Amino acid sequence: MAMSFEYKVSGGDFTHAGYASSQVKKMLKQLGVDNTVIKRVVVCLYEAEVNIVAHAYSGIINVSLDTDTISMRLADKGPGIADIKQAMQKGFSTASPEVREMGFGAGMGLPNISANADRFVITSEPGTGTTLEISINLNSIAL
Amino acid sequence: MKVREICSVLNGELICGDQKNDNEVSHAFASDLMSDVLTVNCDSLLLITGLANLQTIRTAEMSDINCILFVRNKFVTAEMRDLAEELGITLIKCSSTMFRASGELYRAGIKPLY
Repeated sequence: MAMSFEYKVSGGDFTHAGYASSQVKKMLKQLGVDNTVIKRVVVCLYEAEVNIVAHAYSGIINVSLDTDTISMRLADKGPGIADIKQAMQKGFSTASPEVREMGFGAGMGLPNISANADRFVITSEPGTGTTLEISINLNSIAL
Repeated sequence: MKVREICSVLNGELICGDQKNDNEVSHAFASDLMSDVLTVNCDSLLLITGLANLQTIRTAEMSDINCILFVRNKFVTAEMRDLAEELGITLIKCSSTMFRASGELYRAGIKPLY
């Protein structure tokens, strides 16, 4: 089993935010992946997808799947993150009031991704964009 | 507690889903912060919220939450209802505040998560 999918995300488009995560969830259910693992995958992916919508101009999500691992790469074009260590702190956020009105922007997204992922790497170039690489073992024991 | 009992306790209105009003809810979590909802882990969870938009439905989907209670008679759009129906998520609304709705459901036997 080896599959890969690509989704485009538009910055500011909260109407469609979560579509990619929803599609990945349906696919993992069809493949019979454990529900606990599916939830960890989609929580990571949804938080990261919402981050693109909330902070970036556009983004590309690549999801690849083999028998053991799901790997997700989310690369956006946007303002980037000047201080990643600060961004990873619970409660730190630069979200706009509009994003907060949607129920996000409380500085919980990146820490939540970190808590659910088996591997999480974030790189950013201020003024250019941010890339998140997230991997989860499909056969891992629940956290 | 069954969905029909939740509606009865709060004099709430079933907007969509669970036509038999037969699904069981054991625990509830009250929040307008979707990132907070995404940190919880529980089966048969009721989300009590005053945040009514498409991302409320999406957050419930990602969190495996099958029932959402909107307080203060929040307006549920056709898009929200369509998405909830597609995902099999039950939507209820009531006129109570989040505080009163939470209190009434707690008194009726719904458990908190923590």
